[in-house]
Amino acid sequence: MLSPAFVSRLRSLLPPHCVLHEREDLLPFESDGLAAYRNTPDVVVLPEDEAQVAAILQLCHQNKIAVVARGAGTGLSAGAIPVDGAVLLVLAKLNRIKAIDPLARTAVVEPGVRNLAISEAVAQHNLYYAPDPSSQIACSIGGNVAENSGGVHCLKYGLTVHNILQLRAWTIDGQLLEIGNESLDAPGYDLLALLTGSEGMLAVITEVTVKLLPRPERAQVVLAAFDDVAKAGAAVGNIIAAGVIPAGLEMMDRLAIQAAEAFVHAGYPLDCEALLLCEVDGVNEEVSADIYTVRQVLEASGATEIRTAESEEQRLKFWAGRKAAFPAVGRLAPDYYCMDGTIPRGALPHVLKRISEMSAEFGLAVANVFHAGDGNLHPLILFDANQPGELARAEAFGGKILELCVEVGGTITGEHGVGLEKINQMCAQFATPELMRFHEVKAAFDPDTLLNPGKAVPELHRCAEWGAMHIHGGQLPHPELPRF
Amino acid sequence: MLDTLIERIRAAHESHSPLIIQGGGSKTFYGNPDEGEVLSTRRLTGVVDYQPKELVLTARAGTPLAEIEALLAEQNQMLAFEPPHFVPLPNPLPLAGEGANDAPCAPKPIYATLGGSVAAGLSGPRRPYSGAARDFVLGVRIVDGTGQPLRFGGQVIKNVAGYDVSRLMVGALGTLGLITEVSLKVLPKPAAEITLQFELDEAAAILKMNQWTGQPLPLSATSWHAGLLTVRLSGAASAVQVAQARLGGEALHDAGGFWQRLRDQATPFFDKRPLWRLAVKPTTPPLNLGDAQWIEWGGAVRWLASERPAGTLRETAGTAGGHATLFRGDAPLDGVFTPLAPALATLHRALKQRFDPRGILNHGRLYPDF
Repeated sequence: MLSPAFVSRLRSLLPPHCVLHEREDLLPFESDGLAAYRNTPDVVVLPEDEAQVAAILQLCHQNKIAVVARGAGTGLSAGAIPVDGAVLLVLAKLNRIKAIDPLARTAVVEPGVRNLAISEAVAQHNLYYAPDPSSQIACSIGGNVAENSGGVHCLKYGLTVHNILQLRAWTIDGQLLEIGNESLDAPGYDLLALLTGSEGMLAVITEVTVKLLPRPERAQVVLAAFDDVAKAGAAVGNIIAAGVIPAGLEMMDRLAIQAAEAFVHAGYPLDCEALLLCEVDGVNEEVSADIYTVRQVLEASGATEIRTAESEEQRLKFWAGRKAAFPAVGRLAPDYYCMDGTIPRGALPHVLKRISEMSAEFGLAVANVFHAGDGNLHPLILFDANQPGELARAEAFGGKILELCVEVGGTITGEHGVGLEKINQMCAQFATPELMRFHEVKAAFDPDTLLNPGKAVPELHRCAEWGAMHIHGGQLPHPELPRF
Repeated sequence: MLDTLIERIRAAHESHSPLIIQGGGSKTFYGNPDEGEVLSTRRLTGVVDYQPKELVLTARAGTPLAEIEALLAEQNQMLAFEPPHFVPLPNPLPLAGEGANDAPCAPKPIYATLGGSVAAGLSGPRRPYSGAARDFVLGVRIVDGTGQPLRFGGQVIKNVAGYDVSRLMVGALGTLGLITEVSLKVLPKPAAEITLQFELDEAAAILKMNQWTGQPLPLSATSWHAGLLTVRLSGAASAVQVAQARLGGEALHDAGGFWQRLRDQATPFFDKRPLWRLAVKPTTPPLNLGDAQWIEWGGAVRWLASERPAGTLRETAGTAGGHATLFRGDAPLDGVFTPLAPALATLHRALKQRFDPRGILNHGRLYPDF
């Protein structure tokens, strides 16, 4: 609990409406997009400019008070969940687009600017900002940088780290870091990459310069149905082997297809085990050539039905089903839990088979939605939080899926981040020396561990405890750690 | 081989003895001078895994770049960041087994390796349109300055678990660890390419490069030198033809050779010393310094053969939103790279301290004080 004296010092730094400490004002901030994890903050500060951010950090640093930075709160890994005794630093009011340079194809924005607002603001110049996480109407660019957010178009256009040029960020002791510049590289270590995806653990971002791309002349989508998920998985590899890099390549399994169709009536075939949506974009002729190749590959890969969207309206309809997949699945059960592992695409049939076996073991249904192009799997575990023990069972099932992803050479998180949610699975993904090095990297920026403490990288004793419960093949993970 | 390297780094850490990491020796000119015993990765070779359908290749650091590119070409794929080889053609590839090349008095062949390319973090003409070396690195194995092997990232395209230490290694010039293995994202080769040339003055060429990059055109490289704007288009044959019809210009016949010579700095312009690389905001108008100049990367890089003081060129680049590097020539006292602002310099030293506490790996290569 923060002392009243400290709260009043915060209030001396900010206008009265920028410091929240009454219980009813704090409740909206008790969770991020992963609502199963909740904790009421002690105090919320909403600075309105960069100088206020710096002053807050300095005050917290002097008093050794922890700080949790938060953007729009749409994150899915409890990365922005409040920490006891910490200040919740909400950057949503820093929401100005400071400059747009159409010729140099850049925009300078504050961290609270929404992802989609950037593309909207530059649409008049026929430009857009490529990364498009599904929360893009609401999520903010500062949070995108913190999580290294992706989206549907990553395979071709990259993640956040590939689409930003510069950051202004503040260390916990109130020092300004100007990282990157207006050219395409910067001298010294690549701190731009290190800060991107660092989950608010290293510094607080107050300005981002993003790269903008020309809007593709044309986009076209092909839908293909398969009677077997393994065939659909193989088709994905075959498209890429044929030299096409699709702008989007999505896959849904039977339960996800049925749910989406029932919800938005996208016209999906219902008598299939898997559906692929393959979108290609670019200059007109390139799209025509790619569509031709994609159709041929899909046919050779055993698709039972192939449809090319014949109009923009139909293209959007094909996508509507995929984009509504999460809420559609949400109608099948009171709650669902979305996982975020990435696997080598070749391992897909094995992974889907294991997920289906585990689904039977845990007694919980799963719908699979998959960014197939880049191997990012989003299994949605259906459960009912009102049934005692179901949430815990869903979490245990989810944890097993992530460990399976690591086992086949993948990762526990493709785009949602570790946060608090996947912190135990970090022990499966990394060995002790790497985890220690992560803590040392943090210490280089934040020696007192004041920024977002307890998130993203597990303490070693946590891995020892977790490992004691996860003996695999007779081998204890992290055998070198002391256990009590 | 890896065990030997680990052992040597441990011993050097124990005895505080500096080491110079070296692969095929193609980039010894780059960075600040460093001193120590050479730690060679020449025997740490081999492609560990290559899955064309996954678009991922993993290879050991000493693997010659040319060997990797040849393997990718068999599957019609490529390293899209076009790493420079800096080797005069024809490329003297090492024969099987290093011993074959170790005849008395015969100099060791010079060639670019994967590890060296990633450590130097340099990219070729396709960089503004496809991405830089750092954009394609998915994972690394390193040995830090205490001899501790570490593995970061992985072999999948989307991965946000843990800090992005893999990319931190790109361009660190070996000062944070010996890179022993790298996983990279690779891309399909474009079906067709054509290179067009236009007679244009510098200001007009810079404007055109930027205007075209902002339009849906299949651009994949741009260059301006001595009144000639050269532009490469890549993609489906039909797309390239339509773009050519739209842009006009003269088709260049030896286009492959042109871009390769630019990538490898194998034209007489790049023999000039001192050779400066000014990275600037791409729309920066002509610098008007009166020096010989070659522009690439859509205007974002200006190569200058200039005798001007380092301070002047750094200020020019800084005003233009970027930085200046003495790419080839004798290093000034404060180093070939633009000095860092104090807050960033402190962070660099703090990171170096955690990866190489005794400062034995490529000491001074990036910045003279670490």
